[in-house]
Amino acid sequence: MKNTLSFIIQTTEVTTENWLSSPGVIGTIVLIFIVVFLGLFIFIKRLNIYADLLTKNTKDLTEEEFERRLVNLDKEEVDKILELRRQGFQVTQKQAELTKISSKNSGFIKKIINPKNPLFDEKARSTIKIKISEELKQIVIWYIGASAFWLIFGTLVGQYLGMKFIWPEMDTSSWLSFGRLRPVHTNTVFWGWASLAMIGLGHYVICRTSNREIVSYAWSKIAFWLINLSVFLGNLFLMAGVNNGGGEYREYIWPIMALFAIGIIITFFNFYKTVAMRKISEIYISNWFILASLVWTIILTIIGYFPSYQDGLGETVIQGYYMHQGVGMWFMTFTLGLVYYFLPSSLNKPIYSYSLGVLAFWTQMLFYTLIGTHHFVFSPLPWWLQTVAIVFSAGMFIPVFAGTTNFLMTMRGSWNHISKSYVLPFFLVGVVFYFVGSVQGSFQAFRFTNYLWHFTDFNVAHSHMTMYGIITFLMWACVYALLPKITGKEPPQYLVGSHFWLAFIGLIAYMVSLMAGGTLKGLSWIEGNPFIESVILMENYWVWRAVGGSLMFISHLIFGYNFYLMIRKKKPVGTLLRNYSQSEL
Amino acid sequence: MLNLHKDHKNLVLLSLIVFVVLSIGVAIIPAYQMQEYEPIPGQLDLTISEKKGLHVYISEGCVACHTQQVRNIEMDAVWGDRPSMASDYYYSKQRMDVWRQSPSLLGSERTGPDLTDIGTRQPSDQWHLLHLYNPRLVVEASIMPSYSWLFRVTDTSYIKEDDVTLPRGITKMEGSDVLVANEEALDLVAYLKSLQQFSMEDAVPPEFIPALPKDIGINETGTNSESSAGASLYQNNCAACHQSTGRGVKGAFPPLAGSLIVNDKNPETLIKIILLGYDARKEYGVMQSFADQLTDEEIKAIADHERSNWGNNAPKVPIETITRLRDSISQVQ
Repeated sequence: MKNTLSFIIQTTEVTTENWLSSPGVIGTIVLIFIVVFLGLFIFIKRLNIYADLLTKNTKDLTEEEFERRLVNLDKEEVDKILELRRQGFQVTQKQAELTKISSKNSGFIKKIINPKNPLFDEKARSTIKIKISEELKQIVIWYIGASAFWLIFGTLVGQYLGMKFIWPEMDTSSWLSFGRLRPVHTNTVFWGWASLAMIGLGHYVICRTSNREIVSYAWSKIAFWLINLSVFLGNLFLMAGVNNGGGEYREYIWPIMALFAIGIIITFFNFYKTVAMRKISEIYISNWFILASLVWTIILTIIGYFPSYQDGLGETVIQGYYMHQGVGMWFMTFTLGLVYYFLPSSLNKPIYSYSLGVLAFWTQMLFYTLIGTHHFVFSPLPWWLQTVAIVFSAGMFIPVFAGTTNFLMTMRGSWNHISKSYVLPFFLVGVVFYFVGSVQGSFQAFRFTNYLWHFTDFNVAHSHMTMYGIITFLMWACVYALLPKITGKEPPQYLVGSHFWLAFIGLIAYMVSLMAGGTLKGLSWIEGNPFIESVILMENYWVWRAVGGSLMFISHLIFGYNFYLMIRKKKPVGTLLRNYSQSEL
Repeated sequence: MLNLHKDHKNLVLLSLIVFVVLSIGVAIIPAYQMQEYEPIPGQLDLTISEKKGLHVYISEGCVACHTQQVRNIEMDAVWGDRPSMASDYYYSKQRMDVWRQSPSLLGSERTGPDLTDIGTRQPSDQWHLLHLYNPRLVVEASIMPSYSWLFRVTDTSYIKEDDVTLPRGITKMEGSDVLVANEEALDLVAYLKSLQQFSMEDAVPPEFIPALPKDIGINETGTNSESSAGASLYQNNCAACHQSTGRGVKGAFPPLAGSLIVNDKNPETLIKIILLGYDARKEYGVMQSFADQLTDEEIKAIADHERSNWGNNAPKVPIETITRLRDSISQVQ
């Protein structure tokens, strides 16, 4: 009885009947609704604009009215219009002044509306082209290009793995078997896609906020090749069946991970020296996050691979620490640094609160570092370590609230931009997922929710919610905000739009199906049903996961194409406009 | 005072030092402590073949879907008699070689069952080999990959004496072909069979945190819950070989549907086989003994389930018969 009592105090009741009323579960359901509402919000905003456009179109010039007016013009009126046009075409006046001529009969087209494609209304184009050095531009494009490649490769593998849940006999080749390919998927999107994209964008932020060039672009290139080589060799070894021991995200053996670590160390010194020689006295908050995440990741990799304390369950302690910090100290911290720069700059206003950013920084370091063991609740690891992890998981609310508030308050007053910009929806989804994914993760660390969800597919849903919903969406936001400005070429907006919606809807399908299935699986285990029943009941949820995954993968192909359009050498923006105007005339 | 807004050196240094201090406290020191645990007295090291099997287990990425930890909560009691302890991992979690670290056996996903005690649950070589070659031959709903590259096709006339072959009919071999298990498959099976929770005879093992007792529905009739318990026990303990359809696997595990032993009015042979195991017929795999794993009530539930399903129709087994047989067996031993 005593045992039972102490257990009630520590968790809530552990009967399956009231699992729905557990705070962690309720919290998670609320969070999922936030995401669904977000989708609806963006959708309705878009729909509104579209509806406005339709009503305006019908009210204004119907074709008949226009023809009637033309026919009814008398000679004097026609002469007057022709005279105005003649003035408009005088050579002495400059182009810029011409477009300012107030008369609507000047003969110049000022705004193009393409009525043939009313589904995708025209968003504001990113007009400013920022002049940066060719070297910086090249480095940014290299990094983002390689990351886009790894994204497509990594998610192709992921999609293939998702299908294996439904058709386990798709192939019988050892190199493509599930156990070997799974780490290929996770490591590729971690070290290939997200890491390279972050470092590429980081070059730009460090450069701009220090108001000087990066110290050495040669170093940047060495780091680029080292990281790419590490991902390439690492995957090759994994498929050949050579891995470090199966611990998640530590699957590359140490000589290969060392290449990655050296790449990170070079990047750190390159960035650090640039910041040290900055031409502004203050260190912008982005650089706090970026420099710290590099330092922390270097330490993390060393601790993760150093052998002296890793026999027996020592390895498990380090595994919890490593896999959580890999996400928290590297991806999350670095990405926050990027958002502190790109979000305000694409809204053209300062960040809401600088001090809130500083608070988020220190609490991120303090709380995130301590919570690794929440991946091993109820395991044979020391109970105190598990308790520390759970308590500080709840403490993660502080940096998450601080960050979310800061970003949302920066966006406040600019909500209308959401319907006018193709970058902001990516930011908004990323920021909302930052809140939802992180808070949901904290809920999941509680003892009861662990009881229900641990070891089930719910974990997979959570990691996609964070690595995809947060990191990947924010990365896309930054890429779409930056590339057109430095190359002067924009992708067509309907392609960016389809990228956004396919990725978003795909993620929701992925997430919800695995969360629902994972919960049922956990309940089935608690009930003590035969294990195979939990496999059978997941079948439909795995199908929906694969459907969601396919949408996500298609969106990545579109992203790859958009990237190509943004960097290709020929065809300046003008051609696109000219095509429009020809069809108009 | 530190002016972190302007002094990059102190900013980086401070974040480095605090992070290192926290990491030492939350990771390195506990890791050193966990490393000091010693094996349970009497616990054996892995044999060479088992160790090789462990390496196959890691390189094929089995840990992606199979855990090896019995958590200290009651829902995990199906995977072992007691919660796992640090000492359990003493021999298996050692650094593998210069290139590879100590294997991450505890795992984080249970897409497949926990394997802490698989050697006790499933001691038959034949079952493991068939299951590795194609899991769906023995577990119909399984989504585990086939590890067919751990086997080779050979002509029957080339088989050497110590080659281990798979039954030809069920693996759909044509002509005189036959499947022979490679070295890796045999090592892997040796490792899987070595996964048995070490029982602690003298020391007091840690206990499971119990779940709150559930209210049993008043409407539920006794017989209903009894028969569903039988079905569930059968599914957990017997279906892996004899299948949930009771038809067995041709050439590997005998059918129970229509079996003379199962349908015999006198259940003694059936109960004896369940208690002692069975290895009398060459064409079938070995059956393990269940005397230590199942109580008399559980054996009764399983036997009743077997005798009243798949067209079988035999009277229920009185519990006294089981108790009597168990006693007589333990007297002999």
